[in-house]
Amino acid sequence: MLDSRYKHIFLLPALLALVAIIIFPLIYTVRLSLSGWDVNFPELDYIGWDNYARAITDGRFWDSMGTLYLMVLFCIVFEYLLGFGLALLLWKDVRAGRFFRVLFIVPMCVTPVVMAVVWRTIFHETLGPLNDVLSWFGIPAVPWLSKSGPAFAAVVIIDVWQWTSFMFILLLAGLMSLPREPYEAAQIDGAGPIRTFVHVTFPLMAPITLGALIIRLIESSKLMETIYALTSGGPGSSTETTSYLLYIRGLREFQIGYTASLSIIYLAIMIIALTIFARSMSRLMIGRQGPVRV
Amino acid sequence: MSAHEPARERVRGIAMSGLKADLYRVLKYAALIAWAIFVVAPFLWALSTSFKSDPGVVGGATYIPFLEYEPTVDGWTALFRDTSSGGISMQGPYLSSLVVSLISTSIALFLGTLAAYGLSRFTFRAGPLGNNDITFFFISQRIMPPAVLAIPYFLLLRFTGLLDTHLGLILVYVAMLLPIVVWVMVDFFNTVPIELDEAALIDGCNPIQAFYRIILPNCAPGMVVATLLCIIFSWSDFFFALTLTFAKVQLLPPTIVILNSNKVPWWSLSASALVSVLPLVIIAFVLERYLARGTLAGVIRE
Repeated sequence: MLDSRYKHIFLLPALLALVAIIIFPLIYTVRLSLSGWDVNFPELDYIGWDNYARAITDGRFWDSMGTLYLMVLFCIVFEYLLGFGLALLLWKDVRAGRFFRVLFIVPMCVTPVVMAVVWRTIFHETLGPLNDVLSWFGIPAVPWLSKSGPAFAAVVIIDVWQWTSFMFILLLAGLMSLPREPYEAAQIDGAGPIRTFVHVTFPLMAPITLGALIIRLIESSKLMETIYALTSGGPGSSTETTSYLLYIRGLREFQIGYTASLSIIYLAIMIIALTIFARSMSRLMIGRQGPVRV
Repeated sequence: MSAHEPARERVRGIAMSGLKADLYRVLKYAALIAWAIFVVAPFLWALSTSFKSDPGVVGGATYIPFLEYEPTVDGWTALFRDTSSGGISMQGPYLSSLVVSLISTSIALFLGTLAAYGLSRFTFRAGPLGNNDITFFFISQRIMPPAVLAIPYFLLLRFTGLLDTHLGLILVYVAMLLPIVVWVMVDFFNTVPIELDEAALIDGCNPIQAFYRIILPNCAPGMVVATLLCIIFSWSDFFFALTLTFAKVQLLPPTIVILNSNKVPWWSLSASALVSVLPLVIIAFVLERYLARGTLAGVIRE
């Protein structure tokens, strides 16, 4: 066995770094949330639960949460269906398979906010190519960034463009790691492609699918940068996600104490929602084999 | 199809499935090509726009150079020109981004591989918590939304005088990247048999030498994947660069977003966007290689 006297040399530097850079600031946030720190009064005083009481009745905060969850729902459903579909198509040998694979990975590698700047020119109502292409099919110009419905759709389209590639790479890697034996058995049983998919591929992929969905859920709930560059939360506050609102309240308006309390509420709800989602999905997809660690 | 079917039935079945197979193939390639077009469209649009000048933009969307608009390289030369002469001088932000992402990636890799190796080889106990819980603690830090951490970071960096410095940003990025490194590498070290470590120890290495001389070289693919992911995340970060730096430190993503709100012409905007994502597109090629070798499969199974 390895000499265990050395073990702390390996683990401790990273663990301490993480505690110092993430856990300590988080505790500091909890303390801030109990203070009235703002632009006019930048002091760490103690005002009890006032910020939290105010947060409960802050309609804009809860609206931003609703917007976020609706956006995340749309994005993840599309990304999963498209990503899984593309992965299935490129799983077996395909002509120019490498070309397609590289191409399909590119979006997840490029800077989201920079692409959002490019997308903004694409969605431009009169000068952009999207409405131009739509007009070839006789579809009237869509006010992409000035009406709330289309603006919401624009954010979802960009997210799907960018992150379907992530679902794709995870699910393709999963497909490529599947064992061969169940397929041979299915072939001997005379199962067609659809039955093989339903009874072999889908169940075998369940843990990987669940992992991919949860990772995407975590990452997409941070959605903010695209919105910053594309719509600034508008029109009105129709595309305002919680992260964007936290940024406005905290670092634009400097309502430090209040924003800290919103952050804590947001984080608590996120963790609870993720746990419930992970539990129920693992029960749904994997049956009684127990929860999957991600 | 069973072999006991009458011959004619079987032949018809094969013909049917041949037709079906053709149809399937056509649909499959149609779907792949459609998605490929969707993926490259923004890049092609930006590329086309980067060679335009006023007439090519203000009259509505144009696509093909020479045919629809007279191409110029003004958008590209603007990248190197000074702001005073209508340029956006990208060299400074480019260099800053390069330095910050390479240094933070190196530090995260150094700390992260050590921790991952420790978690893979030794048993840790802290009360009821064991190795899996510590690994999960590392990975779970990805759950933390940057917006939640922005305020304490802002105050703490201001307090320590690190606001608007490269060092402050690097510290924040290390925290952002560590979970990714640990996530990728723990799994890799788990696939390397412990006998390898023991052989190195018998040869007179101490555990740290065994790690650097024997185990790390055997985990090169994992290191490559971890490195590339770190570079993607640090090169692409916008939120922390926006909130924690202002004047002295200028990274690429904020620079380009600010151009966007400053009414910079579309052609230089497009050129700057393309230049800033180019290294990442190259990374995509390398990542695919490792995907094809099955390097990523184990990571996702975790």
